[in-house]
Amino acid sequence: MLEKATRSAIEVRSTTKIYGNDRASGVVAVDDVSLEITDNEFFTLLGPSGCGKTTLLRLIAGFEQPTQGEILLFGEHLEGLPPHNRSVNTVFQHYALFPHMTVSQNISFGLEMLGIDKIEIRKTVSRMLELVQMPQLADRKINQLSGGQQQRVALARALAPNPKVLLLDEPLSALDFKLRKEMQSELKRLQNETGITFIFVTHDQEEALTMSDRVAVMKDGQVLQVGKPREVYDHPAQRFVADFIGDINILRGELISTKKGEAKVKLASGFVGDAILPIGVGDISGVVNVAIRPEQLSFSNSTNSTLPGIIKEITYFGSGLHYEIELSTGETIKLRQQSVGRSNTEFSSGETVNIAVADDAIQVLVD
Amino acid sequence: MSNQSTFADIEKSQLSASLVTANKRAQKTRALLLAPAVLTIFLIGILPLSIVLVYSFLEPGSYGGVKWNLSFDAYIQLLFEEDIFEETLTFNTAYLQIFWRSLSLAIVATITCLFIGFPMAYFISIQSAHRKNTLLFLVTIPFWTNLLIRTYCMLLILRDQGALNLALVNLGILDKPLPLLYTDFAVGLGLVYAFLPFMVLPIYTSLEKFDFRMVEAGSDLYASRFKVLTRIIIPIAKPGIAAGCILVFIPSLGAYITPELLGGGKSLMIGNLINLQFGQGRNWPFGSAIALILMVMVMISLFVYLNRTTRNEES
Repeated sequence: MLEKATRSAIEVRSTTKIYGNDRASGVVAVDDVSLEITDNEFFTLLGPSGCGKTTLLRLIAGFEQPTQGEILLFGEHLEGLPPHNRSVNTVFQHYALFPHMTVSQNISFGLEMLGIDKIEIRKTVSRMLELVQMPQLADRKINQLSGGQQQRVALARALAPNPKVLLLDEPLSALDFKLRKEMQSELKRLQNETGITFIFVTHDQEEALTMSDRVAVMKDGQVLQVGKPREVYDHPAQRFVADFIGDINILRGELISTKKGEAKVKLASGFVGDAILPIGVGDISGVVNVAIRPEQLSFSNSTNSTLPGIIKEITYFGSGLHYEIELSTGETIKLRQQSVGRSNTEFSSGETVNIAVADDAIQVLVD
Repeated sequence: MSNQSTFADIEKSQLSASLVTANKRAQKTRALLLAPAVLTIFLIGILPLSIVLVYSFLEPGSYGGVKWNLSFDAYIQLLFEEDIFEETLTFNTAYLQIFWRSLSLAIVATITCLFIGFPMAYFISIQSAHRKNTLLFLVTIPFWTNLLIRTYCMLLILRDQGALNLALVNLGILDKPLPLLYTDFAVGLGLVYAFLPFMVLPIYTSLEKFDFRMVEAGSDLYASRFKVLTRIIIPIAKPGIAAGCILVFIPSLGAYITPELLGGGKSLMIGNLINLQFGQGRNWPFGSAIALILMVMVMISLFVYLNRTTRNEES
């Protein structure tokens, strides 16, 4: 079991995909990407549209062939193998269900193509219908189903042949907010129950954070950072990653000392604090960008080692308050305050405040 | 009190009376609005067919036309030959052969059109929007000119001194020209040429709406290219295929110009036989009877075909 957990399900080795003739005149969709996705993992490719995440998924599925590099499925080279010879199934963005077949015919299609015998197919289909919680809809036609139901059929259809890896291409993007939330936990449950490696593509950072074991943030065909959701959120290595995931303050600062991963940063306003250096990056010095999450900031009564500022705007968002504060340097900083138990100290617009920074909250960015 | 109630009664009866007249007026308007359609159907549909039906049960006039005597000769003539001297009937397959040739040529033409037309329609449907329009335009170009002219051109290509034979002989592939013209092959080829667009266009229409991500979904689910074609593309394009087959089969079965020009006297089809009866044969009742039988044949084959395709869809 332990050995299985560390086995790599998909290995992408310096893979590049160029549409067109060459790098100069064509479009580089995937640019020298290397990834290792372990067995039984819920892995998410996160990035804005056009970042190459879907192309990477299509390379794994076999709909596209890489211009350079290679992809391995459980150690087996996939080069030149057409999609129908890869033990990988896809849940498509718009489901692509077969309209001329019923729900159970859709689910059994892959099994039939594999030449599995009829009794076995029937068993698997009813198990899949059970799994996605819609056994009563087995004989419905696809056009008689709602969006959420179609989503479940698409999942059941892709899971039925028991693939080694399941690819999901923004499967929740067409659903409304509530259904999306529901399907998120549903997907997580399915992944736990089946033990199949899921590779999930999304541009929704919240979706990525809540569902994944690990996340790869992509931009312009490259993978910028790979890590557990917590790591990526708390310790973004690059400005793009910091900006893309969640709300964040990016300030200018100067590295005044670096020792064994520990560093001190002096912000433009004169504030000096401990900072965390990005992982796996060599020497950095001088003026840098630092990132601080709005929820890592709080109001303080002390003027000692705090940032002074003037409140510009206050927004109420239900579970808390969001402040926009102008620092003495002219920079604007965001502060998020959760309402807990007793009411917080109330501030009003135009008031002068002191802001305290939590420990380990200052993250130095590469770019 | 009583006064009031009588007033109310009068009002009620007036109301119902006016309702009745309104109803009548609405019916009248509806009848008037329907009249043009009903009249058209009667004039171009029911009336000519009724004439054909009536004529088929009459005796032929000596110089064309009909004599108004009830007779079943037209239908008997189709299967039996009357000996003029002995007045006995002997079974005659000459006409049946023509029916059989028509039916088989129409089936072969339909199948050939399907095998050529489906890949054509598929190819067009996967092109870019601009190229789609150009290609569809090219498919419809033959419609711009008369079928007669186009069939003549086929004749010029197929005859002994025609383009095809000249090319084959000059290239040294053949010693002497191959007699292509006035054969069933020539007629079949002419039918395919004439009716191919009727196959391409409806199939294109159904493939144009086809979501090609379905092909990816199929191959993702372990279907080979052939399985994707037979299990996904063809079933979804079936309405177009059915329409195309009907549109090619029916005019092929009753074709006149094509067998007339490319079949000569040797390869007659039902259309030519009918023409013969109204012209040289001067046997209008017989011509009418053949026309009616042709119609029944088409109706039966349509019925069988539609019945089968709809049943397949349900299962």
